[in-house]
Amino acid sequence: MTLDFKARVRARGFDLTFGVKTGETIAVMGPNGAGKSTLLGLLAGLVHADQGHARLDDRTLFDATAGSRAWTQPHRRGVALLAQEALLFPHLSVLDNVAFGPRSTGASRQEARAVARQWLTEVDAAELGGRRPAALSGGQAQRVGVARALAADPSLLLLDEPLSALDIGAAPALRRLLKRVLADRTALLVTHDPLDALVLADRVLVIEGGRLVDDGPTREVFAHPRTAFVAGLAGMNLVTGVRSADGIEATDGWKVVAPFEAEVARGASSAIVVKPSLVRVSHLKPGRAEGNAVWQTILDVEPRGDSIRIRGDMLAADVTPAAAADLDLAPGDTAWFAFSADAGVGYAL
Amino acid sequence: MDQNRRMTRTRAHLAGVPRWVAVLAGVGAAFVLLPLVAIVSRVNWVDFVPLITSDSSVAALLLSLRTSLAATALCVVFGVPIAIVLARATFPGQRIARSLVLLPLVLPPVVGGIALLYTFGRRGLLSSTFQFLGIDIAFSTTAVILAQTFVAIPFLILSLEGAIRTAGARYEAVAATLGAAPTTVLRRVTLPLLLPALVSGAILSFARALGEFGATLTFAGSLQGTTRTLPLEIYLQLETDPDTAVALSLVLVAVAVFVVGLAYRNGSVPSGPSGADR
Amino acid sequence: MRPLARTSGLLAVTAALALGLAACSSGGTPAATTSTTAGSGDLSGSITVYGAASLTATFTQLASDFEKANPGVTVKTTFNGSSVLVTQIQSGAPADVFASADTANMAKLTDADLVTGTPTDFATNTIEIAVPTGNPKNISTFTDLAKSGVKTVVCASAVPCGAATEKIEAATGVTLKPVSEETAVTGVLSKVETGEADAGLVYVTDVKGADGKVDGVTFDDSKEAVNTYPIATLKDSSNKAAADAFVKYVAGAEGQKVLAAAGFGQP
Repeated sequence: MTLDFKARVRARGFDLTFGVKTGETIAVMGPNGAGKSTLLGLLAGLVHADQGHARLDDRTLFDATAGSRAWTQPHRRGVALLAQEALLFPHLSVLDNVAFGPRSTGASRQEARAVARQWLTEVDAAELGGRRPAALSGGQAQRVGVARALAADPSLLLLDEPLSALDIGAAPALRRLLKRVLADRTALLVTHDPLDALVLADRVLVIEGGRLVDDGPTREVFAHPRTAFVAGLAGMNLVTGVRSADGIEATDGWKVVAPFEAEVARGASSAIVVKPSLVRVSHLKPGRAEGNAVWQTILDVEPRGDSIRIRGDMLAADVTPAAAADLDLAPGDTAWFAFSADAGVGYAL
Repeated sequence: MDQNRRMTRTRAHLAGVPRWVAVLAGVGAAFVLLPLVAIVSRVNWVDFVPLITSDSSVAALLLSLRTSLAATALCVVFGVPIAIVLARATFPGQRIARSLVLLPLVLPPVVGGIALLYTFGRRGLLSSTFQFLGIDIAFSTTAVILAQTFVAIPFLILSLEGAIRTAGARYEAVAATLGAAPTTVLRRVTLPLLLPALVSGAILSFARALGEFGATLTFAGSLQGTTRTLPLEIYLQLETDPDTAVALSLVLVAVAVFVVGLAYRNGSVPSGPSGADR
Repeated sequence: MRPLARTSGLLAVTAALALGLAACSSGGTPAATTSTTAGSGDLSGSITVYGAASLTATFTQLASDFEKANPGVTVKTTFNGSSVLVTQIQSGAPADVFASADTANMAKLTDADLVTGTPTDFATNTIEIAVPTGNPKNISTFTDLAKSGVKTVVCASAVPCGAATEKIEAATGVTLKPVSEETAVTGVLSKVETGEADAGLVYVTDVKGADGKVDGVTFDDSKEAVNTYPIATLKDSSNKAAADAFVKYVAGAEGQKVLAAAGFGQP
């Protein structure tokens, strides 16, 4: 285990425990205000924990358990941070920016620059070394930011939405670069983009309201969402309830029929996911043969690629533009949403 | 683009400013500038050079430059840490401490002189300490430097503290996670980023030190070559030889204009964080 | 041509602004002049007296005594260094009477023909050594001031008390090494009062006026430099009768009594 983390910050309602294995890249996801920044701050040494402890390799980052108040200063932690903005030091050349880490930890100017050149080459930015940060594009700056963070040789690399401030054109290239450099590296990646999580991370931590709500291999978490937030990221409808004979009974009493992947005991809390494209919308009540149906108020109607997404209180449906025109629905209207008995997939929560 | 800019430069236009505001602005500006014009008009140009190169004038000018430079150095040495602590650290009574440190700005200089007298004077708070060390500050050049530092240091603190707050702590946080110890961060990140503000703050402090009069008169006395700085010399000459007083005033005005111009030119350079990585 | 016209317009506006301010501040004057009643004499109206700084206490009292004796008259007083007052009078300040701390400054006005008649000498003042209370350095003679370890403060030679000090130095052959040459006698006094200096050369009246905050040490050679105070009515006075009466009052028995009590000598 590389990182062993357990911390509570009362003022922010933050209480989280998890571990990271050596070489593992973990995506941290959650709605705004979930506590992702607090987590990074605790690890980088910018936020103090009321309780808990964190160890990185054989180093104690902080220990606020009973009788102990150990706290390692940020610069001794071996934790490097790459934020949305590259935050390159404007008064230093690109080369000296990258050399900053090694230089600060005792290397001579020559040694530090040699290391910096190596890392600039690694991120395909060797030719930028002599430039000032102000003369770089956003993508170039973030590339240099990656090199600078890695040149510090951190035990743990923190990435705080490193792609979110980039042009759409620049993001794919940097994503490829990150995939390459994160391959064998212990890293925490805060992101809102499921694609980043799928491409870059081995595992996903989902935080909501300062608590861990899901933790598992990326594909597994997205295939079996446990919360509406993750289901939303995965683009799935999620219905939660308890296991019934042929499906689940949802919290509001709606009986949903769906096949289960595995045996789940009656009464156990369970969930069913169904793709919006498999949900149909109509003004007339569907027959029994249609499977599961629910009468909903429409929240919004918006184009989404080739189809139109109609979102209701519980389910969202993707319909063709022609079908949407025939239905002529606007937010506030009501309609029937239905999906067949074999369209969903059930699993235990 | 360049052409456009030149166009807007040469043709003044009000750009939405009400005419009466512009008129009041003109009157106000005249109010500030006319006294300077008046000084220039009163200068005895025939004897100008002899007047400002007399023994007492040169002694006063050199003393003023020397003490102001020393005071500026003291302002930097102590003002930078004060600004950093005020802007970055949090401690109980911080707001009060902030107001108190800036007090010399609004205090009448004479009051500052009296306060210094009762601190560093022969019967002051620290008198026993200084007597023990065998240091006698009264009537020495050191007293002048102390008085100047006292009145000038708020300028440095103000300009620097504002810059530190505006710059934020993000670069410092990044530098720390890259393994830089706090002192390294200060030396290699904080201070270079603050350099423009530091330079203009130091220049303003220098200008204020150069003009210091009341506190020096009260606290340090007036002796040619030791404590009689240029403003004190001007005040003394006004009694007997107004021509010299006016000539020296013009010298002081010239130095002040030069110094303020320097500070402004410096301040117009975009400081620290550039737009490119925002 | 145009920029010039614009500048002079601006000047005019600024001047108007200044006049407006002046009008605001002198609003009380007409009321004072109209409150005329027949007093013991036939004097009425108001006069403005410009007096040397060292006369502040005595002339404030004399002004109010004079008003009591002449109920129709209001006396306004302004005190400053004699040379400063001379500059102001030369620039047209509305003064009726000027009392100088030395003859040299009065001479500037008589030379410029700004004075009516011949100025009257009404007081003298001599230099005295002021020491902190208790006289910690045991100063007893002028020569003591030149001793090493004695911090002496004097007036700069440009101001009257400094000129007097220089005269005494010349007469006694003692050269002082002052730690400070103050621009005003009040500066010397405050340096002694606060104990920063061991001794200072000030006027006898200053020691008396300090009310026990400093001790005075008289010395024989002080007679080498006696300051004579002249007083005169100014030519531009708009109330010469009252001004002349005030001058007479100061030089007369009542005035002399007040001046003597403050330590001034007779001319």
